[in-house]
Amino acid sequence: MVDVKKVQSWLTLFGEKVTENKEHLNQLDTAIGDGDHGSNLTRGAAAVKEKLDGQSYDELTDLFKDVGMVLVSKVGGASGPLYGSAFISMAKEAKNDADLSQLITAGLDGIVKRGNAKTGEKTMVDMWSPVIDSIKDGSLSDESIDEILQKTKDMKASKGRASYLGDRSIGHIDPGAQSSAYLFQALIEAGVINE
Amino acid sequence: MKKIINEPDHVVDEMLNGLAFAYDSLVTRIPETTVIARKVEKSNKVGLVSGGGSGHEPSHAGFVGKGMLSAAVAGQVFTSPTPDQVLEGIKAADEGAGVFLVIKNYTGDVMNFDMAKELAELEDIDVEFVIVDDDIAVEDSTFTAGRRGVAGTVFMHKILGAAADSGASLSEIKELADKVNEQLFSIGLALSPATNPEVGKPGFELEDQEIEFGIGIHGEPGYRRETLQPSKELAKEFVTQLKKEMNWSEGDRYAALVNGMGATPLMEQFVFMNDVKKLLVDDEKLDLAFRKVGDYMTAIDMAGVSLTLLKIEDDQWLDYLNAPVDVIGW
Ligand SMILES: Nc1ncnc2c1ncn2[C@@H]1O[C@H](COP(=O)(O)OP(=O)(O)OP(=O)(O)O)[C@@H](O)[C@H]1O
Ligand SMILES: [Mg+2]
Repeated sequence: MVDVKKVQSWLTLFGEKVTENKEHLNQLDTAIGDGDHGSNLTRGAAAVKEKLDGQSYDELTDLFKDVGMVLVSKVGGASGPLYGSAFISMAKEAKNDADLSQLITAGLDGIVKRGNAKTGEKTMVDMWSPVIDSIKDGSLSDESIDEILQKTKDMKASKGRASYLGDRSIGHIDPGAQSSAYLFQALIEAGVINE
Repeated sequence: MKKIINEPDHVVDEMLNGLAFAYDSLVTRIPETTVIARKVEKSNKVGLVSGGGSGHEPSHAGFVGKGMLSAAVAGQVFTSPTPDQVLEGIKAADEGAGVFLVIKNYTGDVMNFDMAKELAELEDIDVEFVIVDDDIAVEDSTFTAGRRGVAGTVFMHKILGAAADSGASLSEIKELADKVNEQLFSIGLALSPATNPEVGKPGFELEDQEIEFGIGIHGEPGYRRETLQPSKELAKEFVTQLKKEMNWSEGDRYAALVNGMGATPLMEQFVFMNDVKKLLVDDEKLDLAFRKVGDYMTAIDMAGVSLTLLKIEDDQWLDYLNAPVDVIGW
């Protein structure tokens, strides 16, 4: 069983990381997108904080659903519906007593359903998919997350704004993969991973 | 950054209030939303909704009114609006005959509007849509998110708005929109970049005498950088690219839009139109049956122009373009 309290501190921590690194995310998105990924997610993080502060959840599914709905309605851009769909899909999965890897897999399914990206297209999917493998074999760490992140550098974008660049998208880290890296670093930090 | 603003993240809110106050005979802001809706009596016609990131003024709120959009939904600067806001726009536009969405082809817009469509259908509102993708600077392949929606979207608004006003059904509008989209082509260039107030610095850099062809309306990179040339040479590049795409023949009928990107004076836009006329009318012998010049789909304070051509396949399209409207920006 995944602990609701720990998940709540995970998601709070994710918001903090995104907010602290707003400029960095904007910079990554300026290189291959339109420079707003950090601003978009920071807006979402503030709204999530407002929703979660002082709130305590009994059911994981309610927590994920609230976070998903807040993100969908506050973030905008591509990442709003994508992260939102991920958490809403995790909310559904949480009803089935899912373990962590099943939950994150459901999150990935939500992202893929919304955005139709496959691995290798230089999107957040290239963070989520290998992270799930690492969670399954117990090897998820800050180092492995960073390794996964660096691999997006060599990829050529074929989804989202970065795809307009074609070959020129090569050599840059994908902003969405970076924000998802914060998500999974927060997962480790909050101790959700040791369940 | 030098801008007439207060807090950068209040720009959209304050802009919408200012717009709604200045034109309160035409439009109203739906309270607690980023929706600008027209003030006309509902008459069981199809509602027309568009929207997208802010920073493209007068798009899209400037085209709300009788004969064009029923409502426009504004996102943050250069960021697609969220599904709940688009849903509010759909509800404001609904007159009982369904609502049609004009979406520009950007990943964010497509996803958010699609979610809004699902939400509206849960509330028993029929929704159809077109995804405008007129920017020929982008290769249309499975290796990209597809062609972007740019200034041609404004012709889409005008034609569909007139059709809706004349009582066309949701499915008729859908069919018309798809046909128009197939004949709609645009290409742009930038002399200098835009500065998103929320970001505070230019989205890209260009040297003093450098320009970029094929730039997108959020500063997405184009296909070539060059030293600035006379207007007629710039026009020639546009016409060459458009001709490759459209394969026209002498006498074909077109609508043309010379669109300013936000920081290019009308004086220069008219000079550019004069060159477009020489190339398309005098040399290529096209019939430019409808013409517009001005700031229609801007990119904040980017300097540059775009040229949109719509092949007029049906006389009715011209009538729709010429039909009178009561909006801020046409
Ligand atoms: N189809 C997709 N599937 C999965 N992830 C995607 C897809 N398209 C884009 N992304 C992710 O979204 C990130 C960009 O998010 P961002 O919030 O900047 O959206 P955006 O494209 O700028 O939205 P907008 O068009 O409204 O400005 C990319 O770095 C990428 O990881
Ligand atoms: Mg972006």
